[in-house]
Amino acid sequence: MSQVPAELRYLKSHEWARLENDGTITIGISDHAQQSLGDLVFVEAPEAGRRVRAGESCAVVESVKAASDVYSPVSGEVVAGNADLGGQPELINSDPYGAGWIMRIRPDDKTQFAAMMDAKAYEAALAAETH
Amino acid sequence: MGLRTPLYDSHAAAGARMVDFGGWDMPVNYGSQIEEHRAVRRDAGMFDVSHMCVVDLRGPRVREFLRRLLANDVAKLAERGKALYSCMLREHGGVIDDLIVYFMNDEWFRMVVNAGTREKDLEWIRDQAGGFQVSVEPRFDLAMIAVQGPNARQKAATVLDPAIAAPALELGVFFGLAEGHWFVGRTGYTGEDGFEIMLPTQDAPQFWQRLKDAGIALCGLGARDTLRLEAGMNLYGNDMDETTSPLVSGLGWTIAWDPQDRDFIGRAALAAQKAAGVPHKLVGLVVEDRAVLRSHQKVLVAGVGEGEVTSGTFSPTLERSIGLARVPQQTADSCEVEIRGRLLPARVVRPPFVRNGKATIVL
Repeated sequence: MSQVPAELRYLKSHEWARLENDGTITIGISDHAQQSLGDLVFVEAPEAGRRVRAGESCAVVESVKAASDVYSPVSGEVVAGNADLGGQPELINSDPYGAGWIMRIRPDDKTQFAAMMDAKAYEAALAAETH
Repeated sequence: MGLRTPLYDSHAAAGARMVDFGGWDMPVNYGSQIEEHRAVRRDAGMFDVSHMCVVDLRGPRVREFLRRLLANDVAKLAERGKALYSCMLREHGGVIDDLIVYFMNDEWFRMVVNAGTREKDLEWIRDQAGGFQVSVEPRFDLAMIAVQGPNARQKAATVLDPAIAAPALELGVFFGLAEGHWFVGRTGYTGEDGFEIMLPTQDAPQFWQRLKDAGIALCGLGARDTLRLEAGMNLYGNDMDETTSPLVSGLGWTIAWDPQDRDFIGRAALAAQKAAGVPHKLVGLVVEDRAVLRSHQKVLVAGVGEGEVTSGTFSPTLERSIGLARVPQQTADSCEVEIRGRLLPARVVRPPFVRNGKATIVL
């Protein structure tokens, strides 16, 4: 079974998001997503300063098996992409909720984050997907 | 629920991620596909390939029958146990399947065909066999395990019955031997040395466990695909099928044109294609950009035309993307591939990409 940390928010497309103390939002892909993709081999994370809209594809994760878009759950400005993923894409496999984070965004407003699924809702979505 | 091999429970217990493969529930990996791939290149790994179908062909005219049925010529098989890789063609030259056939004795050849093509293969073979009084017996009572890698044969030998282990270690490349209901072939689909072991289904779970205890890594179909692609081996359904002839699939070397009077099925069509000029060829591609070749991506060859990627992946050994592509015959040493909306340069190379753990192309 894949891990779904209770303190995070989720999208149906398997991104997770965490509201940081400074008001920024860290985004990555869920444990379920990395398991489905298999070994990651390339990650294209966005550069700081880029404006993104909620629902926009702003990163690409590519595994031995498939390439997948990563969607931003919020509109705002990218404050950082995870540069470590360039040389170590496997961080997403080994630590999807920690060292494998993909980007950090300063949201234009907080309601989009609040509208994301909580862990329970995401677990239910995963259960529905696999049955 | 799909079809299950006798090792299904072993895979589940090992935490395998299962996928559908040609109607079978098969392990795609047991954790990291790349680690499984490396285990085979550096040491030893094993694959459940029980979904593949073993077919025994028997009768006094079996050799004559196979010389008609297959595009390669079993007359090349002079020594007992020797194996041959061949395509089986329709009359129009399309590939029904690719297979390995072992010469067991003058009245018995053993064939191994793909899982996804099993039904149509058996139907075709039976239809053709009628006039030759050859019996066609699929061996659903056998499981098959491939052990591959530089240390695979030695490790497997420690857990094989000594009566099989000793002669198995003496096998030449592309030879097999039968002992009771067991069979060991020095063959594979990875570009490494190793064995493919056929055994009674009821013995499979215990033997699988013993191989694991001997230090052979569990490997899934994911690693099997990256290994075969590095080895430059075709996958039926991706790189060739009934709409493509061996001549446009990098398999011209498997067609035995001599002797000229051997009338194998598909010969006339292939000869006509050759005479008219073969429009395409299957080549290897290497991409240096951070992108991965995948089946069906479009290939553009400046001033020549278009082609298509038939198989693509990330090569764990070369640490870049490789693939096979069907391209116009005039294609020289470079092309472009459309990958996720971008045109990226690719180098055209001659497969294999990797053999026996080492790169066989210039990087």
